[in-house]
Amino acid sequence: MKVLVAVKRVVDYKVQIRVKADQSGVETENVKMSVNPPDENAIEEAVKLKEQGLAQETLAVTIGDDKAQDVLRTSLAMGIDRSILVKSPNSLEPLAVAKTLSKIIEKENPDLVLLGKQAIDDDSNQTGQILSALLNWPQACFISDLKIEGNKLFLSREIDEGIEKLETNLPAVLTCDLRLNTPRFASLPNIMKAKKKPLDIIDISTLGIDTNPKIKVLKVEEPPKRKAGIMVNDVKELVEKLKYEAKVI
Amino acid sequence: MSDIQREEMLYDVVIVGAGPAGLSAAIKLKQINSDISICLLEKAAEVGAHILSGNVFETKALDELIPNWKDLNAPVKTKVTSEDFLYLNKEKSFKVPNFLLPKSLQNHGNYIISLSNLCKWLGEFAENLGVEIFPGFAASKLLYNEKGEVSGVQTGDMGLDINGNPKDNFEPGINIKGKVTVLSEGCRGHLGKEVIKKFNLDANNKSPQQYGIGFKEIWEIDPEKHNLGKILHSVGWPLENDTYGGSFCYHAENNQIYLGYVIGLDYKNPYLSPYDEFQQFKTHPEIKKLLTNGKRISYGARALIEGGLQSLPQMHMPGALLIGCDAGTLNMPKIKGSHTAMKSGIIAGEVINKHLSQNEHLSIYEDEFKNSWIYDELHQARNVKPSFQWGLIPAMVFTGIDQKIFGGKLPFTLQHKHADHDSLVSAKDSKKIDYPKYDGEFTFDKPSSVYLSGTNHAENQPCHLLLKDKDLTTNYTLEEYDEPAQRYCPAGVYEIETDSETQKKFLKINSQNCIHCKTCDIKEPSQNIDWITPEGGGGPIYSGT
Ligand SMILES: Cc1cc2nc3c(=O)[nH]c(=O)nc-3n(C[C@H](O)[C@H](O)[C@H](O)COP(=O)(O)OP(=O)(O)OC[C@H]3O[C@@H](n4cnc5c(N)ncnc54)[C@H](O)[C@@H]3O)c2cc1C
Ligand code: SF4
Repeated sequence: MKVLVAVKRVVDYKVQIRVKADQSGVETENVKMSVNPPDENAIEEAVKLKEQGLAQETLAVTIGDDKAQDVLRTSLAMGIDRSILVKSPNSLEPLAVAKTLSKIIEKENPDLVLLGKQAIDDDSNQTGQILSALLNWPQACFISDLKIEGNKLFLSREIDEGIEKLETNLPAVLTCDLRLNTPRFASLPNIMKAKKKPLDIIDISTLGIDTNPKIKVLKVEEPPKRKAGIMVNDVKELVEKLKYEAKVI
Repeated sequence: MSDIQREEMLYDVVIVGAGPAGLSAAIKLKQINSDISICLLEKAAEVGAHILSGNVFETKALDELIPNWKDLNAPVKTKVTSEDFLYLNKEKSFKVPNFLLPKSLQNHGNYIISLSNLCKWLGEFAENLGVEIFPGFAASKLLYNEKGEVSGVQTGDMGLDINGNPKDNFEPGINIKGKVTVLSEGCRGHLGKEVIKKFNLDANNKSPQQYGIGFKEIWEIDPEKHNLGKILHSVGWPLENDTYGGSFCYHAENNQIYLGYVIGLDYKNPYLSPYDEFQQFKTHPEIKKLLTNGKRISYGARALIEGGLQSLPQMHMPGALLIGCDAGTLNMPKIKGSHTAMKSGIIAGEVINKHLSQNEHLSIYEDEFKNSWIYDELHQARNVKPSFQWGLIPAMVFTGIDQKIFGGKLPFTLQHKHADHDSLVSAKDSKKIDYPKYDGEFTFDKPSSVYLSGTNHAENQPCHLLLKDKDLTTNYTLEEYDEPAQRYCPAGVYEIETDSETQKKFLKINSQNCIHCKTCDIKEPSQNIDWITPEGGGGPIYSGT
């Protein structure tokens, strides 16, 4: 089995996001970037499948500028075998990402595609789903457990009512929840080894797909500041305030 | 965890800390001989993310190291265009005429920079030369060979739980060995502290080491009030005259100002809160008018090493060098340590090359250092800080005479009297200080400040603030000094709480908030706190600081 993992470079989850002064987007200059956290779960799962002897080859793909190589190096250091950077000058919408991935999948012929459940920067939560439709493969999203027997996948998803169990066949597109596993640390010797693993670069213009944005961002604003709270003396006052001042009940 | 198998990696040179000192040493070495293999460890998640500094930058060392830095688009762009030095009282400010200022306080030809950004740039430069940089890896222990020489470092274990047991993702630290180890951890490095003690490096020091705590906030201000290249320093209010300290305010790119405050950690009153002094400073009319309609976008704090030449330890030892602020090369009257840290790194690069290629002894470092401009600079500056033991006004008069008339060449050297942890007066003999409430506009509480620093430590890991005596707060420090850690820690890590059952007060340590400033390790009156490296990658994520 061959496993392909899609990874995205995003602003690190610990960074305090700041809107650019001209409101055109979020400040990314000199800001720490990292692998999108649920993508790390996808990487970990792929590496585990390889360690269990279920996968023969693992491959990580990202789309971005030259700097996006660093998330591929991280993937390789965590144990992925090889990687591809699809070089794109602009950041893409989920549809364009899915189209790009489908082109790579056409070439690479993986049996299983793993993605993070969503990217923490735009929270679109669409790429995996669109990709499965483009490929006409089965999909399972937000998976929290995965077992593979032969051609069959046994999956769990955490939903409001409990745990949903699913079964499907390869090939398939799966998006990974943070519950799926605990991503390993890239050890120092493995970071060294990752420098020598293959990282191929493909220019997006050579894939022959339309990546033009379909959505225009008008402006980006910070959420309004929370007003200071007040102390109420009793339930009666609380109800009155909620009813007449806040007008929420 | 002594029984685990650790992998080993071998290098010619192992460098701890990617600040200006460590990066300069790495770059210099590679420039001289690109075959020398170098491993550079940095505890921050990326290079620059633990660097917090003013910063008005003298390019002297950078000119020597990378003469064409301008063509290479180094993030050193904003020339100082004008400068003011103010004395503040509560309502007013008095400008000290520039012609009265000693040369060391004049900044013509210097640049306003983000040292964090410069380190990031130097890091990329070093990587292109073949230096192997590993951000997110803390050097947690020193390794010694059978002769007792430093032989490298061990990186911290990753994935231990709060009791030190391995979690699912446990990854043991590895041993990184080098023919030479360079310690460049910045002010109060925990490995630096170990070697100073082990090899008695401060045996010939005339004075105990001195420290300060420095705060910095970045504000985006009204473009109308912004004056690119302007710098402003002040002394006086809100500090009492017997406390050493002052402010800086630098107008940087993108309508930002770098606003900060430095306070000597030799302060005496245990009720003093450096954080609150800084917050209060921002409410001075002169500063408030600048900040009105502005927005605070960053906060951080870091200790500075201020002892100067009198307190500078020997910088070489068997197998290793101690450089930059880890040793104490900062020029205090200038509050500048970046260029001297870089120069100490450049010298280290040259010395290590001679050591590796011609078998020269590492002790030649001391002579090379003495023959360089850093020594002259630190010699000239040596009397300024100790004169502040006499209080602000006499010190300023003395400094004027010393620096302006004698150019720092007076035929005597003043000494620092106490180590900073010895300077506190008992709480019962000290005046309580009532700091004003935070207004949420100019002044803020610690949690919202720490929030801006992006600080994070992986949950469920061993506490990295070790207490030699767990009960010392309850049994002694609370009564004697009203536990000053509550106030000197700029991140609110130490809190006094009451046990609901026994009604006894105890010290709570919120180590996940620690911004790695090292103040507690310095100021704790009984030296009861040992700061050690937490899991790599933890701590603040500063950018632009
Ligand atoms: C508020 C403030 C204002 C200042 N203003 C100025 C100014 O205007 N001009 C000026 O020239 N200087 C200024 N300085 C001083 C200047 O910042 C320092 O002198 C300089 O940063 C020292 O460089 P360094 O390389 O020795 O150490 P640092 O810059 O402190 O770098 C040390 C690096 O080592 C890393 N490290 C530490 N321990 C370990 C470990 N065990 N394992 C792995 N990594 C580790 C740290 O994370 C850090 O990245 C200021 C300092 C402060 C705090
Ligand atoms: S715990 Fe110590 S090192 Fe950490 S922020 Fe507080 S004073 Fe600084």
